[in-house]
Amino acid sequence: MRLRFSKMGKIRFTSHRDVARMWERALRRSRLPVALSQGFSPHPLLSFGLALPTGCESQGEYLDARLEDSGADELSYSELPALLTPLLPDGVVVQAAGLIGMAEGSLQQEVASCDWELEVNGVGGQELQERVERMLAAPSLTIHRERKGRQTEDDIRPAILTLTMTQENDLEQGEHPIGRLRAELATHPRGVRPGDLISAFGTDVVLARACRTHQWIERDGARFEPLSVSGLGTDPVVVHAAGRAS
Amino acid sequence: METLWPQVERLLLGVSKPARYIGGEQGAQYPVHGPGKVAWLLLYPDTYEIGLPNQGLQILYEILNERDDAVAERAYAPWVDMEAAMRAAGVPLFSVEQHVAARDFDVMAFNLSAELVYTNVLNLLDLADVPLHAADRGTDDPWVIAGGHCAFNPEPLADFVDVFALGDGEEIVGEINAALRDWLATPSPDRSRDDLRLTLAGIDGAYVPALYTSTYENGRLVATAPNRPGVPAEVAKRTVNDLADWPYPARPLVPLTEVVHDRLNVEVFRGCTRGCRFCQAGMITRPVRERPAQQVKEMVSKGLAWSGHDEVTLTSLSTADFSGIEDTVRDIIDDPVHQGRVSVSLPSLRVDAFTVGTAAQIQKVRRTGLTFAPEGGTWRMRQVINKLITEEDLYSAVDAAFSQGWRRVKLYFLIGLPTERDEDVIGIAELGKHCVEIGRRHSKSVTVVASVGGFVPKPHTPFQWFGQDTVDELQRKVNLLREHARSTRGLTIRWHEPAASAAEGLASRGDRRMGAVIERVWRAGGTFQEWSERFDLALWEEALAAEGLSLHEVAHRDRDGQEPLPWDHISAGLHRDFLWTDWQDALAEAVVEDCRWTPCYDCGACTGLGLEHVVASPIPPAGGSQGTGQDLSVGGRIPVRLVGGVRSVAGTG
Repeated sequence: MRLRFSKMGKIRFTSHRDVARMWERALRRSRLPVALSQGFSPHPLLSFGLALPTGCESQGEYLDARLEDSGADELSYSELPALLTPLLPDGVVVQAAGLIGMAEGSLQQEVASCDWELEVNGVGGQELQERVERMLAAPSLTIHRERKGRQTEDDIRPAILTLTMTQENDLEQGEHPIGRLRAELATHPRGVRPGDLISAFGTDVVLARACRTHQWIERDGARFEPLSVSGLGTDPVVVHAAGRAS
Repeated sequence: METLWPQVERLLLGVSKPARYIGGEQGAQYPVHGPGKVAWLLLYPDTYEIGLPNQGLQILYEILNERDDAVAERAYAPWVDMEAAMRAAGVPLFSVEQHVAARDFDVMAFNLSAELVYTNVLNLLDLADVPLHAADRGTDDPWVIAGGHCAFNPEPLADFVDVFALGDGEEIVGEINAALRDWLATPSPDRSRDDLRLTLAGIDGAYVPALYTSTYENGRLVATAPNRPGVPAEVAKRTVNDLADWPYPARPLVPLTEVVHDRLNVEVFRGCTRGCRFCQAGMITRPVRERPAQQVKEMVSKGLAWSGHDEVTLTSLSTADFSGIEDTVRDIIDDPVHQGRVSVSLPSLRVDAFTVGTAAQIQKVRRTGLTFAPEGGTWRMRQVINKLITEEDLYSAVDAAFSQGWRRVKLYFLIGLPTERDEDVIGIAELGKHCVEIGRRHSKSVTVVASVGGFVPKPHTPFQWFGQDTVDELQRKVNLLREHARSTRGLTIRWHEPAASAAEGLASRGDRRMGAVIERVWRAGGTFQEWSERFDLALWEEALAAEGLSLHEVAHRDRDGQEPLPWDHISAGLHRDFLWTDWQDALAEAVVEDCRWTPCYDCGACTGLGLEHVVASPIPPAGGSQGTGQDLSVGGRIPVRLVGGVRSVAGTG
């Protein structure tokens, strides 16, 4: 079973692990037939997609839960969002549910890129636009970041698939300019997080808010979401979104 | 009532574990503040992950929010990075639910579960922008209240706290609330803090330190006595008669982020009469009051359905003593509604009651960690502390555990106990070694962890007169133990920082002069002293020296029976004679049995409070009283009241 949910508002300050725990509790309360692992410390067989950095919001998070063999067919997937959302904290809304085949690859392997909407402080307007253009024109963009406790140097340019300023929302508020950006960032071979991207803008640009709007799977030249919001659940297989939603 | 959320939100991307500051837990309440409602901010003066599970705070949270003349929210100590961000941005201490400034509450009520958090209490008052000293607070400042086990020696915090609530909080919290409500209803110019102080001092169990003065002679305390007429010379703790009247927390808080005890907790009884002489909790919470087993089962099934947890802990000071514990555990595990997915953990397993059957039962669903607490390394030592576990009991419990598939067993010990000799310390290594050998019979790779804490004597216990070991002596004993444990593969020794035991001793048995020391440590940056990476004994030594006090005077010196103690005006219901006799018995290695099933030793808790032990069965659990195995099933009057009103037998007094 695959579930799609949002994570908006105060709850964005919880971690990926926190989200896993809140799902385990909610699924137990729902009494859905989630399969347990074997062994001395059985736990529900859940698999989450790419970790959402703590502090980021999302309109498209995913969770795969393995169901007991006997239970999967009897579920009414279209009713699951209304059943599960009240069992989850404020800010987490289940958008869709559907059965997926056991042959489907894991979310972590399959998702190739994510769309982000970003809000930055410090620099806005024309200045921000120029930096966006400079970054896109650059053959490489090296940033310093900490990974597994070690400082590394990485070129993030190949992972920036698109980067635009959303002009219509560009505001200047008093002395604190706010800029809004939209980006599509690749997840392989090494994912780029919104914070990594913003660090390439220079130290005067500060990430204020980030929201993951879509995750994309690419297969045989087609791209689609792991579970489309429009296919609210009754289909026994993943609804493949045609083309790119926006 | 204004929310600080927009200001708080801006800080959260830059701090560690920001989920600690957002509230939103299942069970969190968002009460509407307003006239006629006393606004309580319940504070746990340590981090969110340690404070959130605290049951005392959660009980009061529900009781207060059920009243129509009170509202309650919660706050915890922000970690150092958040504190720095708050101070830099001018954001004061706030509640986690609605992010209301602490100053906007009528009451700031602190839970005092450990002494080393005292500097955090001061820090939280400062972060709240509330005057640090009770004497400096005005009519519009919040009332600072403190309760919990540490309140039984309130003197180190007497300068900073307006009222201490002693003992069980369920009833007194309503009485304090009513007094505050009436006082707040009086127009500001017509009321003074002094009026309310005197009203509060009239409530049983409420201690108002400003109404008492401590006198000293030759650098030592002479007495702490009322400085006003009509103020009681002694304040005695409150005790709830029947836990069945208080099935709380009914909607336990389920946190959004990781906390120390992430499971359902259900309190099965309060009080303990095993009589372990080092244990303050066992002394100050007497008598034993069991919750009816049926209510326990209801609270478990409702709590699990509410929280979604898959683990429940049955809490008490010695859960294996709960009447019918095996039936209760079995009923929970076998309840079909839990689909065989719920595990039960018992926080305090008694080795004399731990059999293969119990072992099999509690690991049916999930093998939780297993900890036994022999506390002393030799039988002689265990007689001194009245922890009457025989080596045979321990070995058969450990054998039962390893035979049921456990590979790792943890043992708790204390060092620095009264009359302790090196052979008692070495005895810990010997016990550990034998346990490893027993484990090897079942598996090649077993681990026994011996966790060793430095003993700190506590008020209202038989050891309150004992001069605790110095840091050097504790360190020497730790080294001695490690040396003797080194050759045993599979035995790991863990120890608590000896220097922290010294500071804990200061806060534990200090008198009112300790307030200035705590304030100096706080001003020097000494917050989060419970945390080893933040603890610094030098801060405490410098503060003591500046106040003309010493570690020796407060912590390391034996007291004689005549010396006035800083908590003499506070009563936990225990006769001083009883404690002194028990102290002399300890030195003579003489033991006392559990008075639930044997004649009364007249400690004072039942008779003085007009209470009785409330237990469901007159038959002691397996192992008899205190593991002595004596046959108590025949004859004798039973000094207990049976829950459910089956019969009532007066104490033998």
